[in-house]
Amino acid sequence: MGNFLVWVIWFVAAAGCLGSGVAVVSMTNPFYSALALIGNLASLAVLFLLLSAEFVAAAQVLVYAGAVMVMFLFVVAYLGGQADAPWAGGPRLLRGAAVVAAAALLVEIVVVLGLAWGDNLTEPADVSSAFGNPAQIGEVFLTDHLLAFEITSIVLLVAAIGGVVLGTTREKEDAV
Amino acid sequence: MDGPDVGWYLIVAAILFGIGALGVMLRRSPLIVLLSLEIMLNAANLTLIAFARQQGNLDGQVFALAVMAVAAAEVAIGLGLIVAMARRRVPLDVDQASALRG
Repeated sequence: MGNFLVWVIWFVAAAGCLGSGVAVVSMTNPFYSALALIGNLASLAVLFLLLSAEFVAAAQVLVYAGAVMVMFLFVVAYLGGQADAPWAGGPRLLRGAAVVAAAALLVEIVVVLGLAWGDNLTEPADVSSAFGNPAQIGEVFLTDHLLAFEITSIVLLVAAIGGVVLGTTREKEDAV
Repeated sequence: MDGPDVGWYLIVAAILFGIGALGVMLRRSPLIVLLSLEIMLNAANLTLIAFARQQGNLDGQVFALAVMAVAAAEVAIGLGLIVAMARRRVPLDVDQASALRG
């Protein structure tokens, strides 16, 4: 019975994930696209929880669905969300080619994963209930991957400075 | 493991990646292109975490956290660029932002 419940939760989360993904790509108004992406990130967090990645799921909701998307919604509101129909503009050939290329990419991913891993995906490793909790993540991050941790902090600092530089108003530009 | 095998998660991640790639190639509003990029990054994150669970190894989850930080940096810079475009009265259309074309 518990197994059945997990399947139901998985199905709802996966359907929400794919449905909101399609909504992000097909909405004309960027504001609705951003709102759909919040739903997408939240259902992905449920999938992360099912894969016993508790800390990553919490970080996903706090950092992504919280901070990043609020910034996004502020910018959309500042720009006054111009509508843009998904199929508008560009040669018809180019649009068809985009659909074909995306479908080809999907098929390639599925085939490569199936060929490389198809036989080995049925028996996941046994993990303790502590797998993926903050203590274990912190230990791995700060011992095995310390360099990556420090480089991440520098990347974020550079991005913050870059955002300030790009956002600074200069009088000349505004007078155009 | 209760519930679906890791393969089902990988299929969801692959479809999500395809949807994001379609958005990046099809849409012309830079805001929606950025949102579609986020979908692609998150699909990759789901793959990383699914394989971390499959192998019983936390390295994949740590990599997913690093991807998340890079995605946050990318959004900060991308939104800064879009606001700068809007301020210079460049139309918000990636087909017309061709000043850097070689």
